[in-house]
Amino acid sequence: MNYEVVIGLEVHAQLKTNTKAFCGCSTQFGQEANTQACPVCLGFPGSLPVLNEKALEYGIRVGLALHCQIQKLTKFDRKNYFYPDLPKNYQISQYDLPLALGGFLEIELKELRKRIGIHRAHLEEDAGKLIHEGDHSLVDYNRAGIPLLEIVTEPDISSPDEAYEYLVSLKAILKYLEVCDCDMEKGSLRCDANISLRPQGAKELGTKTELKNLNSFKAVRDALSYEIKRQKELLESGKRIVQETLLWDESGEKTYSMRTKEEAMDYRYFPEPDLPAFVIRDEKIQAIKDVLPELPEALKKRFIAQYGLSDYDAGIIVAEKALAKFFEATLRLYPKAKLISNWLIGPLSYELNSRNMSIESLSFSVESFVSLLTLVDEARISNLAAKEVLTQMCNTGASPEVIVKEKNLLQVSDAGELEGIADKVIAGNEKSTADYKSGKANALMFLVGQVMKLSEGKANPKVAQEVLKKKLEKWGKDA
Amino acid sequence: MIKLYELTAHELLEKLRRNELTQEEIVSGLNKRIEEVDSKVKAYVRVGELSSSDGLPIAIKDNICIQGQPTTCASKILENFRPPYDATVIQKLREAGFAIYGQTNMDEFAFGSSCENSALFPTRNPWNLECVPGGSSGGSAAAVAAGEAIWALGSDTGGSIRQPAAFCGVVGLKPTYGRVSRYGLIAFASSLDQIGPITKDVEDATMLFAAIAGYDPHDSTSVNRPLPDYSASLGKDIKGIRIGVPKEYFSLSKGAQLEGIDDEVKRSVEEAIAQLRNLGAKVKEVSLPYSQYAVPVYYIVATAEASSNLARFDGVQYGLRAKDAQNLIEMYKKTRERGFGYEAKRRIILGTYVLSHGYYEAYYVRAQKVRSLIANDFANAFKECDCIVTPTSPTPAFRIGEKTQDPLAMYLSDIYTISVNLTGIPAISIPCGLSKAGLPVGLQIIAKAFNEEMLFRMAHAYEQNTSWHKQKPHL
Amino acid sequence: MAISESDVKKVAHLARIGLSDDELKLFSSQLESIIAFVDKLREVEVSSVKPMSHVLEMDNVVRLDEKKKSLNREEVLKNAPESLKGHFLVPKVIE
Repeated sequence: MNYEVVIGLEVHAQLKTNTKAFCGCSTQFGQEANTQACPVCLGFPGSLPVLNEKALEYGIRVGLALHCQIQKLTKFDRKNYFYPDLPKNYQISQYDLPLALGGFLEIELKELRKRIGIHRAHLEEDAGKLIHEGDHSLVDYNRAGIPLLEIVTEPDISSPDEAYEYLVSLKAILKYLEVCDCDMEKGSLRCDANISLRPQGAKELGTKTELKNLNSFKAVRDALSYEIKRQKELLESGKRIVQETLLWDESGEKTYSMRTKEEAMDYRYFPEPDLPAFVIRDEKIQAIKDVLPELPEALKKRFIAQYGLSDYDAGIIVAEKALAKFFEATLRLYPKAKLISNWLIGPLSYELNSRNMSIESLSFSVESFVSLLTLVDEARISNLAAKEVLTQMCNTGASPEVIVKEKNLLQVSDAGELEGIADKVIAGNEKSTADYKSGKANALMFLVGQVMKLSEGKANPKVAQEVLKKKLEKWGKDA
Repeated sequence: MIKLYELTAHELLEKLRRNELTQEEIVSGLNKRIEEVDSKVKAYVRVGELSSSDGLPIAIKDNICIQGQPTTCASKILENFRPPYDATVIQKLREAGFAIYGQTNMDEFAFGSSCENSALFPTRNPWNLECVPGGSSGGSAAAVAAGEAIWALGSDTGGSIRQPAAFCGVVGLKPTYGRVSRYGLIAFASSLDQIGPITKDVEDATMLFAAIAGYDPHDSTSVNRPLPDYSASLGKDIKGIRIGVPKEYFSLSKGAQLEGIDDEVKRSVEEAIAQLRNLGAKVKEVSLPYSQYAVPVYYIVATAEASSNLARFDGVQYGLRAKDAQNLIEMYKKTRERGFGYEAKRRIILGTYVLSHGYYEAYYVRAQKVRSLIANDFANAFKECDCIVTPTSPTPAFRIGEKTQDPLAMYLSDIYTISVNLTGIPAISIPCGLSKAGLPVGLQIIAKAFNEEMLFRMAHAYEQNTSWHKQKPHL
Repeated sequence: MAISESDVKKVAHLARIGLSDDELKLFSSQLESIIAFVDKLREVEVSSVKPMSHVLEMDNVVRLDEKKKSLNREEVLKNAPESLKGHFLVPKVIE
């Protein structure tokens, strides 16, 4: 039987505010345990929360970017459950009046566009960190109280690839909005997935499982693929899916059940009496809308229309805000869009990936990059040499001119200089020479290659070709 | 010879100003008085000057955080807890030059109306040591009544300042919700709690209230609104002021849930109303039809909030921890089993129950709706009157142990005070009589939100023309 | 409405409070009478009434995103029943 896959994702994005959601403690990552805590985020008796206005603003930004309705009236509620990473044993969250409702995010997969519905986005506070060791656990509350935006999709996702693409697009948006670092390793972006299968065409949803411990986009995709296979096998052998929470074991590449005894959670939500409601007025929404940055989708359209980039190239460049920024900065100094995009998507991306580096941490300036492009464009260095120069630039941050000089990489474009080499090549390759004369044009390319080789890559291939052509004709007449 | 311990704060300040007394003499006078009578009254849980200051000493209820000083809500679960910060009211008192003098007993976590639920010991009523001082701020009221404190802070969630003030024959004010910062008040029911003064007379109440009131950016429910000069309310006449008397509060026939009002209380309050009329006020009957539901609404809302507020007492970060637990859940359960007293457990369980799945709508949401109706009652009543007058409590102080077996009977003793918290409006209790048995009776005056001036004006006018506040217990 | 001991047990578990058998018995009967008492609210017509969770009509109370000094670690851990290496220590969390 064919099954239809139904996936919904819940993303928790840590908002990049300076201070926590309800107190003035710093949100900086990686500090010594329990050094960023105060009576409020520790939930000490008598302390009270006051909302960070930036958290609210960032939440609205995301809601708008995801085409949600920002709710005119929104409030906080207490979600009650006992856990040692939760200082008050309740989490300040939002229940029935979330900040944003009903939006969508458009993804593109194999040239097909699809809208993934956004069910809701709401603000809440993060919990602390638990470290399990031996017969006890240790608690660090530095993270407790950092603002989170929980973004929940509709069950519109129908494959692991779509889920992956959704996350990539969402991450791009959050980065563009400058509201979240989106670093899954540091936990600033976290994702849980709900997945169920149903026979093709069936109306009712199947029993779902919830996947947790997904530490990368790849893990989300792999875990979903695994879970589809597992559920399918169960269904095909006539077994029942148990509604449960599963943890993804990355090294074993399988999911395993989190609890043997699933305790029905009863969170006893009720309105947070310590925080009066929030009335989001149209003027406020408009003010935030007015300063929203250009988002990847719009930017891509503009890059195609304005600079004639291909859909594919534009897609890659806008996927990362910093890359898109770098592209436009380069373009301002050197208006050759296609050349720039080729270099960004090709060699530069290669250098960055191999160093596991982001474009923000480049050790050279846009101006240096433009110098490199100019050298190539004016044929003063070969493409091959240029790639080497780029590697050096990434390593040392030195300017391309200096590298070219040091490594003696300037292209030889002087016909006179190349003549000697051409003579040697013709003399040493009788067969190819004969082939050329008998009309096999390919043979000329081989000879050019030999010139390049002998010149250690410095010969300008165009000039080399001219010189060879001339010599071969002459050589023919002499014979 | 004047008895130093009977003087009010404003009288003491006057003597300080005239150099007839020194602060050291005042403090040593207090120390002496406590030595003499506290073994009988047991108002304090901790005593001794906690801050150096040349101002007047003040007693603080044990649920208001004082930096570095044990603050335990009279509960075992907070044994040895020392807050790393001062409550906003403590900060304000320090800035105003008060000397933080001692901490007073209370019902554990303010759960109670008799001070019998303290995990430490019950406090006794200075007027009759066999009787309760009321609660939950029983320690503060008893201390002021017994001359063991010049004045004190209490907290009021359902009557916890006014009822003990009435039982002990002193003045107690529950301010408008949002007028006094709750930051540092260990929460019982966040939407109802307010800190307020307990004093020997109305003038002292205005002074202490002015010192603690005002906007606090650390409390999201604190109101940013200018403070009037409360002393200006003193000595004004009350001619033409319209006093509302809720018919439901005085009729015994209306609904069995309104516990029968004691005859002596009724008579004292009626005499007080007559006195106010003599002073020029106009008395009219008003109706608060939904007030008969105030007690059930209160016990749902207050326990629901409390169950959540008290979840943090779990043995992880502070306070008591059961050390013999094998795992986390066991540690939670044993800690909370041993750390909380009966009433705390009972209320946490009730509050958890009314919020739990399947009951939330039926109990919690319904209660919050009826709460709206109660608030509406008051809004309507205040269209016809400037203040409302009622007894503070249906009876004078009851005997220790009399109601401990019957939580419902205990809850009903808050019947006149609870609506005020549910609605957020201010009310004051002042002495208005003594029963034949020699126990004080309290008169409650209720005003519109942010109109404490009306309370002070009425209370002061009454006080100036009566002498109940000058009656002292014999210890 | 009848409240059984098992109801109270369930709720006590949610609230993480251990109860002795005597307490369980006592609370079950007391809760039953308290619930019977608050059930009086069922007679009130509330279908068109808005619930009141705040007594004040106020909204949009926020603070600026400005750093305030945190407590130092010693103060954070001062009241801790048990701590280790700058952390709060709790018994093993088992599900």
